[in-house]
Amino acid sequence: MTQCMLLAVDGSQGGDRALEYSIAQVKDRGIKLVVAYVIEWSPYSFNTPEENAERHKRREGEISRAKKTIIDPAMEKLAGHNIKAESIVRHGAPVETLNELAKKHNVDQIVIGRRGQSGIKSLLFGSVAGSLIQTSEVPITVVP
Amino acid sequence: MHRFILPLLLSLLFITSAHAGIDEAINNMTKPIAVLIGQIVFFKIPIFGAQLPVVVLWLVAGAVFFTFYMGFVNLRGFKHAIQLVRGDYADPDSAGEVSHFQALATAVSGTVGIGNIGGVAVAVTVGGAGATFWLIVAGFLGMSTKFVECTLGVKYRNENPDGSVSGGPMYYLKKGFADRGMEGFGKFIGTFYAIGIFIGALGIGNMFQSNQAYVQLNHVTGGALDGLGWLVGLVLAAVVFSVIIGGIKSIAKVTEKVVPFMAVFYCLFALIVIFLNYATIPQAVANIFTGAFTGEGVTGGALGAMIIGFQRAVFSNEAGIGSASIAHAAVRTDEPVTEGYVSLLEPFIDTIVICTITALVIGTSQVADPSFAGDAKGIAMTSLAFERQFSWFPYPLAFAAILFAFSTMISWSYYGLKGWTYMFGEDEKGQTIYKVIFCGFVALGCMVQLGPLLDISDALVFLICVPNILGLYFLAPVVRAEMNSYLARLESGEIKKFK
Repeated sequence: MTQCMLLAVDGSQGGDRALEYSIAQVKDRGIKLVVAYVIEWSPYSFNTPEENAERHKRREGEISRAKKTIIDPAMEKLAGHNIKAESIVRHGAPVETLNELAKKHNVDQIVIGRRGQSGIKSLLFGSVAGSLIQTSEVPITVVP
Repeated sequence: MHRFILPLLLSLLFITSAHAGIDEAINNMTKPIAVLIGQIVFFKIPIFGAQLPVVVLWLVAGAVFFTFYMGFVNLRGFKHAIQLVRGDYADPDSAGEVSHFQALATAVSGTVGIGNIGGVAVAVTVGGAGATFWLIVAGFLGMSTKFVECTLGVKYRNENPDGSVSGGPMYYLKKGFADRGMEGFGKFIGTFYAIGIFIGALGIGNMFQSNQAYVQLNHVTGGALDGLGWLVGLVLAAVVFSVIIGGIKSIAKVTEKVVPFMAVFYCLFALIVIFLNYATIPQAVANIFTGAFTGEGVTGGALGAMIIGFQRAVFSNEAGIGSASIAHAAVRTDEPVTEGYVSLLEPFIDTIVICTITALVIGTSQVADPSFAGDAKGIAMTSLAFERQFSWFPYPLAFAAILFAFSTMISWSYYGLKGWTYMFGEDEKGQTIYKVIFCGFVALGCMVQLGPLLDISDALVFLICVPNILGLYFLAPVVRAEMNSYLARLESGEIKKFK
């Protein structure tokens, strides 16, 4: 029996469809929904000293922008449905970070949308959903 | 804003393009200044036939003291430093802030510069192979000095209302002394340091870099750029201008990405050259050790070699100058000591690894022998050493040198800026004035010859060691208390490992 579900959103249409799907799955069933957005970031990049000095300010900006444009609209949609929900914005590598969050919140299912990339594009940029399927320790639902 | 930048730039252009003979005029102008500053800063005391600059003694004494006082943190903290850089202790909740790796990489690209290629050659020419040994020793001891200064840099930094941070020796000198009831003195040496780092940023972090980049360019083009220093200088200045004033981040981004790659590339080829010269490895290593203690053929003997080695090590890894603490202060961490640990690795990478490799390339190629090298000096000598194995190597080396020079200039432009804003406030307009001055000196650096230029640069850097190390002595107990408390919490498990 699913107790807690992790929904990965990214502001794309795929993410929106995943949201709709999740709402249908969890509503009125007492399942907790963790809505997560990962801001792509690597601790191993190279910066100038000036960038380092401004990093904190930038980070705050990135987080508040993500909340405003991605998380808040998603939470609004959830609000009318009697759903226990929590939201998270986190910096990191998307796949790794989502796996970490799933573990931390004792999630027993992850829901993610897909972008529908094909051919060279998906070869070049990979796909978060695809890699997540390969690495996740809990079942995943990919919403087309 | 542009009303005053444009005339400044135009006058700079006018001065530099007046005619190529300007090189000589500037040289004549700077020489007496170099001699004067050199005499004051490098006041020497004769000791056993060698000339010992008091300031070198000051630095080494400091490094030895901190090594003992911190209980050989340079050895014992090494493993923890690696764990921190690997992110073992990074709290995922604060992901997105400057990581330890980034802080280290930024500081290292500020210190890995032409000194690692050219400076070592200078040391070997003047101080013999034995200078290398002392260079390594100085690098090892310098790790402790770095630990102290970078911990303090974070502990006493200023957090600006806009969320950005300003830190470095001027801040820890001012606040640290004020904490101990010496407010007036703290203010005085804080300002003294700020002036020093500002001028130093124009010397070691600027003119020396652009000068050596020009020398190397001229060398690979077979002297085609003779007398055209002003032109190269102008181009370099324009690129620096576009990054620090024009805000063209992409250039800086590319450089910061390419520099680590170049450093690895450089070390790799250096190792190949050393390997190909395998027949002379035993001799080269033996020379380093015997030279260190006999100082054969070196003015002042073993002590002479030691002094040269120490001097070059500081010039390369900047331990004791305090500059790296400005870069490390930008990191958000609740534990200032962690930045200290991470910074230990800088002298290690810079001096113990890269400088030693360069010294071995020169040693095994036997280019320091006058009958081989002719009059090749500085970076030209290192280039010659590589050339004997790979005839094409001077080209990528020139490219690497220019990139190293460039990234060092970008880093130092920030250090100088922090000195400037400490004195004149965080006002935008003032910052732009500083940056324009900085670019002017980039151009100037290509116009003066190595001699007086290196002297001025050296002297200024050593000058700011005086207030900095004085402050480090006073504040060392603070750092030790921080370190012990941190280690205790690490031991008890209060500080958690996340990986």
